[in-house]
Amino acid sequence: MSFHPVSRREMLLGASALFAWTQLPRLARAEGRDPRLLVVILRGALDGLGAVAPVGDPDWIGLRGDRALVLDGKTPAVPLDAFFALNPAMPNFYRLYKTGQAAVVHATATPYRERSHFDGQDVLESGINKPGAVDTGWLNRALLALESGGRVSPGGGRALGIGAVTPLVVRGQAPIMSWVPQRLLPASEDTRARLLDLYQHTDPKLAAALQARVELAAIGGVTKTDDPMPDTSPSVLPIARFRAYVAEGAGAAARFLAKADGPRVGAVGFGGWDTHVNEGAASGQLYNLLGVLDGGIAALESNLGDAWRETVVVVVTEFGRTAKINGTDGTDHGTGTVAFLVGGALKGGRVIADWPGLKTAQLYEERDLKPTTDLRAVLKGLLRDHLRVEESVLASSVFPDSADVAPMSGLVG
Amino acid sequence: MARAEAAEAVLALNRFGMGPRPGSVAAIKADPRGALLADLERFPGELSAASALPSSAKAFRTVNEANAKRQAKAILTKKAQEKGQEKGQDEAKKQMAEASSPATEGGQGAMEMAQKTALDSVPDPGRPIYLDEAKVRIEAALAADIGFTERLVWFWSNHFCISADKIRSMSGAYEREAIRPHVLGRFVDLLLAAEGHPAMLFYLDNVGSLGPNSIAGINRNRGLNENLARETMELHTLGVRSGYSQDDVISFAKILTGWTWLSPVDNPDHGGEFIFNPRLHEPGAQKVMDKVYAQEDVEQGRAVLRDLAANPATATHIASKLARYFVADAPPPVLIERMARAFVDTEGNLKEVAKVMISSPESWSEPPTKLKRPSEWVVGMVRAAGLKQIDPKRYTDGQVLLGEPLWRPSSPKGFPDDEASWIDGLGRRLDIANAVAERIADRADPRVIIEDVLGATVSPEVKEAVGRAESRQQALALLFMSADFQRR
Repeated sequence: MSFHPVSRREMLLGASALFAWTQLPRLARAEGRDPRLLVVILRGALDGLGAVAPVGDPDWIGLRGDRALVLDGKTPAVPLDAFFALNPAMPNFYRLYKTGQAAVVHATATPYRERSHFDGQDVLESGINKPGAVDTGWLNRALLALESGGRVSPGGGRALGIGAVTPLVVRGQAPIMSWVPQRLLPASEDTRARLLDLYQHTDPKLAAALQARVELAAIGGVTKTDDPMPDTSPSVLPIARFRAYVAEGAGAAARFLAKADGPRVGAVGFGGWDTHVNEGAASGQLYNLLGVLDGGIAALESNLGDAWRETVVVVVTEFGRTAKINGTDGTDHGTGTVAFLVGGALKGGRVIADWPGLKTAQLYEERDLKPTTDLRAVLKGLLRDHLRVEESVLASSVFPDSADVAPMSGLVG
Repeated sequence: MARAEAAEAVLALNRFGMGPRPGSVAAIKADPRGALLADLERFPGELSAASALPSSAKAFRTVNEANAKRQAKAILTKKAQEKGQEKGQDEAKKQMAEASSPATEGGQGAMEMAQKTALDSVPDPGRPIYLDEAKVRIEAALAADIGFTERLVWFWSNHFCISADKIRSMSGAYEREAIRPHVLGRFVDLLLAAEGHPAMLFYLDNVGSLGPNSIAGINRNRGLNENLARETMELHTLGVRSGYSQDDVISFAKILTGWTWLSPVDNPDHGGEFIFNPRLHEPGAQKVMDKVYAQEDVEQGRAVLRDLAANPATATHIASKLARYFVADAPPPVLIERMARAFVDTEGNLKEVAKVMISSPESWSEPPTKLKRPSEWVVGMVRAAGLKQIDPKRYTDGQVLLGEPLWRPSSPKGFPDDEASWIDGLGRRLDIANAVAERIADRADPRVIIEDVLGATVSPEVKEAVGRAESRQQALALLFMSADFQRR
């Protein structure tokens, strides 16, 4: 635990680790603003087409068949405009979108064009085109360039590296502190499923034992043990635990960001998005995960209070997934995907996309949604217009390979 | 490196050691058996890291003193409260009449709360002592090149277990004082050290066991407690149903009367230390398993323990348990026989018994079906990641979640060793693996662990699952949860 003395209640409610800058951005404050920026990283590669469906594209249903999210489906997608519709698992995002406080960037990607998660996350977070090239993140390098308007939390934080893993995006020379959850992060359903699959191929006994745990959980009988951390009880459905974990963690992170002397720039991350099998965009896995994300967004909004007006949250993932459904009702590693933007400081209410089309020839390598918007343009636009990072710095040290990628204008204000 | 060579090295490290660390497979792969035998020669009788830790008696006195202060403070608080309450008593009666339940309960609750607050205002030194001991123990396991002897310490500590639930202050020091120095010595010395240790005497209720005809027994009209005598025969030496009778238990219990500790109240300098108190001791000769013991004092009990240690049933019991702990839930009978014979032939030389186990082909040919105990598995994860330090609080909390709280088995039998006892904890292991993976994902590369630490011995399925994982964290969790990592 860390930023400064926090109540036991906050500790108990603590969830996803927040990593935040120890300084206050000076220039923006001089303008009378007090901006907050939170970067949320979805690890595992979010299926952008399952999150925000191009229902107006004539090739959409042909592409995904009865797995396509549609306006008149069993769980109908929610129209964002004449062309795009939102996954119904995200009512909070939709409400914010309607009031101009949320936006979608579609058919976007980092410059990474291979399909390894580790390398893809490395490019996403380092801001460098070549994976494994540096050990610092673009957000940290951006902070380094920002003039400090004083330290946050004079009560003193703790240096990072003590608790949960620090995401690469915030690693670097700019001092960062971490707020680490006390609660045990439950393994995701995806991890559970992968492990079960591995056991089924290597150790039937372990497979049977794990399967039994899963079934027990599904029945949902709450068995009290002499457990000192009852919130980790395996009898609670994993997705419900995950939802609670993320919502509470996001809420706690938001309370830090909201404090007068609290941090202003931070990052959190969570996994589970690698939906190779039974993706379930309309009612299964992906639907559940987007619901978790949506709950986190709601928790951020409500816990930021007045500070929400000055906040931008950018939700990004390493790459997208195949445009077509694969042989196991899921999707494989792809390229173009979506980024979500939410926050009171946003000029939202729109889907930002230069739509590439879904005909086979229009797909990247005839399989993935083709990226037409460089994700770095979005990030550079936010850093420049929200935090006031100099454009020259953005091109030289924050995203050094991006001279030809202009910052996207008009995202905030 | 050749996969077969690496596989035997990994088996050696998992089955007999604390698990592979970076470099350890390469270091021993030329001669894994020789490396294990060499490990038996390097054993440090005591840990340098433990030099600052208090002895069991000192720890006991420290906690005792703090408890006395806490109690005094609570009593004062209670008195002050009662005084205050007398005034409000009429009021309380009225409330009681109005509400069917708990006006008084509420009052009492508040009072207990105030007393608890008073208790909390005097810090409890027991917990930091426990955590310091835990840290030293685990870091010894992390620092060991192979960890065979550390595994032996863990085995014997569990065999002669006490429980921190009953005597936390001594729990770590007991292992250092009674177990660690003897795990490569003679069994009889280990037995004498364990049964004569104040922690054991208190845990198994011998400190207050009085000979019915002893001076104290007659004066206080109290008597025998059979607990230590029974468990010594049933669990520590002969094994259950091995030929001793209830009469033998009673006689042995009488013999053990007087084995107690010095009270901390009267002995600020030596409280908590072992003492043989003749005033508690049952006078006269006793017959145990057809042998008469006529010694007058502490030697009477020692003589019985020496005979129990030399009993062939003990050799078989210990050999079976060791083989089950290291090799298989149902070890090959020929291995048990060979180890038992070595035990008898060498008069319980535990190093020789360990050598025989290592030199037996059965110890290497058994398939890796054993499920690592949670403690071994956790240390295995930390070692694989190349880390040498732990946060003792996090470690001990994790052990609670995994069902193997450090030095806190639920009965004198200790923690079980078999797969059936632990396999249902798999779901919990997954959560722990997930949490550990999250914490170390910035320092540990799963692909490096597979190639360099595990010498590429994991199955293709595991490699594939790790390679396809959505994040480094998930890859690590899957690797740590794999059968290859959990079985030995």
